[in-house]
Amino acid sequence: MIEIRHIHKFYNQGTVNEMCLFEDFSLTIGDGEFVSVVGSNGSGKTSLLNLICGSIPVDSGTILINGKDITNMPEFMRSRFIGRVYQNPAAGTCPNMTILENMSMADVKDKSFNLSPGTARERIPAYREMLSELGLGLEDKLDMKVGTLSGGQRQALALLMSAMTPIEFLILDEHTAALDPKTAEVIMKLTDRIVREKHLTTIMVTHNLRYAVEYGNRLIMMHEGKCIIDKAGKEKEDIRIDDILEKFNAISIEVGN
Amino acid sequence: MQIIAGVLEEGLIYAFIALGIYITYRILDFPDLSVDGTFPLGGAVTAAVLSAGVNPFSALLISFAAGALAGTVTGLIHVKLKVRDLLSGIITMTALYSVNLRIAGKANVPLFSKVTIFSGIASLPVPEWLSPFMTSLTIFIIVLIGKFLLDAYMKTRSGYLLRAAGDNETLVTSLARDKGTVKIVGLSIANGFAALAGSVYCQQKQVFDVNMGTGTMVIGLASVIIGTKLFRHAGRIKDTTSVIAGSIVYKACVSIAIACGMAASDLKLITSVLFLVILVVSMDRNRKKKAVQHD
Repeated sequence: MIEIRHIHKFYNQGTVNEMCLFEDFSLTIGDGEFVSVVGSNGSGKTSLLNLICGSIPVDSGTILINGKDITNMPEFMRSRFIGRVYQNPAAGTCPNMTILENMSMADVKDKSFNLSPGTARERIPAYREMLSELGLGLEDKLDMKVGTLSGGQRQALALLMSAMTPIEFLILDEHTAALDPKTAEVIMKLTDRIVREKHLTTIMVTHNLRYAVEYGNRLIMMHEGKCIIDKAGKEKEDIRIDDILEKFNAISIEVGN
Repeated sequence: MQIIAGVLEEGLIYAFIALGIYITYRILDFPDLSVDGTFPLGGAVTAAVLSAGVNPFSALLISFAAGALAGTVTGLIHVKLKVRDLLSGIITMTALYSVNLRIAGKANVPLFSKVTIFSGIASLPVPEWLSPFMTSLTIFIIVLIGKFLLDAYMKTRSGYLLRAAGDNETLVTSLARDKGTVKIVGLSIANGFAALAGSVYCQQKQVFDVNMGTGTMVIGLASVIIGTKLFRHAGRIKDTTSVIAGSIVYKACVSIAIACGMAASDLKLITSVLFLVILVVSMDRNRKKKAVQHD
């Protein structure tokens, strides 16, 4: 469970460009929830993810995970139980290392990076199997450098790698936005499968309203640092794209774009 | 013959530095100037321990450890105190000048009467044509050991993480590891190699001089760039092999320049002009900037 309590976050504090992003913002995400977050640019979606992951600090307020205060925990330590996939497919993999080397690293995230062999030979069949489940033909390219793969292949690998060790939370930051529609579809199906198989509590920021409606069991629309739509369960199932679009247009006119 | 032997000896000694700078510059993209201090640090430590009667091979290991320690200091200054990369190196390098004087006792320590790793060579029964190259051969064996150990390290989990840190820092964070710590480890190994070079250098020249470090970074960097550019299309040659070859090629270029009528006192001038030429010809920096923008 993720609890965000009374968060305040300003950008450029003390200058003429001061911008208040979150003012007394609170949000609770229960175990097993798959939350789709939509909203216009600058509404605070990605900042919300950055606060949860620890990429940016909060000005005040607390963030709790399973009741434990992690407000001051550094980003890298939170990665032990949070998996994150970025919009840029290049962010989740090492381009100059092979698929095998990349997966080997992701596989020992919860162990020590010591002087034992970087790749455990006995794990290779398991890696091959994971890759073949993607259906992208990567299982025969274990020794290929990841930099030579397409954006979609890299993103699939990044997604796979983010959840190789037991994690509790999956953070998806517009992870299909840089992909073509067909590949995006493949990645979304894969996401859904991983979330279900591993019972991950998931937050997915997306600009694709259809994905937001189709996937997940809770939908949040953000605007100027507030949740203006928050539907879960049955209410979420009944929501249609048009409903969200209508609200979207309303706030867009209000802002003037 | 004497010139070729000289080129090989110097080239191979600086190959250790090239191996270290390969880690900092090529893998971590960290312009580490502390090598200008850790190279003589290896020499100072060697002068001190040889004078105390320590085995010359142990001196190599002790020097490596001292260099690794100094590299860790640079890393800590950069990571924990958030000082810029170039400045962190300069701070360590400057401080090491005094540290080196303290360790060695004085600015110039002759080691002629000391037992070195090269002491036993003269008595070996080798054919006459080989004898001028025996020193090079000895250094070559130590370089090879260093290279294979580094290659082996790069295949460990820790080595993977080091490569990942240079390739994509974000992933290191995603792997629940502190990218700062990885950088410190890299700097520590790199400076260990620089100090090892200093130790071999002093044992071979049989003298320690506190000013021997000037330009180390430039020479090492030039070797790395020559090596990686020259053998870019050579298929399956490892980068570690390339930089060793690069170091020898670079020393050969400097020797040629001197043979063409430049004075020995022009050495540093030749060193840096040659480096500039290599830098411009390879256009390494431009390409690197572009690559960053594309990402």
